[in-house]
Amino acid sequence: MKSAIAALFSGLLFGFGLLVSGMANPEKVLGFLDIAGLWDPSLAFVMGGAILVGLVAFAIARKRTLSFLGFSMKVPGQSHVDKRLIIGGLLFGVGWGIAGICPGPGLVGLGAGELKSAVFVASMIVGMGVFELIERSRAGANPTRSGSGWSATTQE
Amino acid sequence: MIDIAWSSFTPWSALIGGVLVGLAAASFLLLNGRIAGISGILGGLLTPTVGDISWRIAFLAGLIGAPALWALVAQLPPIEINAGYPVLILAGLIVGVGTRYGSGCTSGHGVCGLSRLSPRSLVATLSFMFAGFATVFVIRHLLGV
Repeated sequence: MKSAIAALFSGLLFGFGLLVSGMANPEKVLGFLDIAGLWDPSLAFVMGGAILVGLVAFAIARKRTLSFLGFSMKVPGQSHVDKRLIIGGLLFGVGWGIAGICPGPGLVGLGAGELKSAVFVASMIVGMGVFELIERSRAGANPTRSGSGWSATTQE
Repeated sequence: MIDIAWSSFTPWSALIGGVLVGLAAASFLLLNGRIAGISGILGGLLTPTVGDISWRIAFLAGLIGAPALWALVAQLPPIEINAGYPVLILAGLIVGVGTRYGSGCTSGHGVCGLSRLSPRSLVATLSFMFAGFATVFVIRHLLGV
């Protein structure tokens, strides 16, 4: 219960941040990605502001084994760069560039009642499901590799 | 030469909104002990494990509830989506597969990963930023859509 209330609070704050920053607006995001057109650098300022706060938070977190609510710290441990990371990143970037929507702003648009955002989010969930199916069939074909070794807790 | 869109550039609201996003990631990290990576939080619901469902749903409910709550007190900022439905479906599918395959999106790798100085997340962020720039360049300037 405690964890759900804290998560709700963080989610709300995240959503407000996306709305205030203008990043809930896909046209504005595309304005950043269109570096050869009239370029809107706003997204870089959003990232800068967020990382400024994040640096402090992770510096505090690094010294702790338990969160302030007493939960264990689930921070990804692996540091290796592999093909999956790069191919996945490139793929995501292509999808992001096509419509200007990444997962957070997609969900915020859904909450704002935008039908187009709802269609995007539904397709994204299907895409995630397709990924799970591929992973499962791979794990089945190669039982020595249990899945990919990527549990939900290691997601960045 | 880069032409800045001065009329749409909003440095202050971007910075303030960014700080709010950072505070959200900070509170999720320091209270729940977890990374506020939205694709991971959502995707994890597709393979649910006990004790792992309520906080995911709560975070997503907050994210989806934020604009609804906002609309109660003020007018929502514009959300302009020019892409048509077939394009949105294609984009959504690719984002879904890509974020899970690469273990993260703009929030998990971009905001949280860079904040914890993760080399993995830096590579991931450079990858999706590059692909995003390239895709928009192809669509807007080569295909002229």
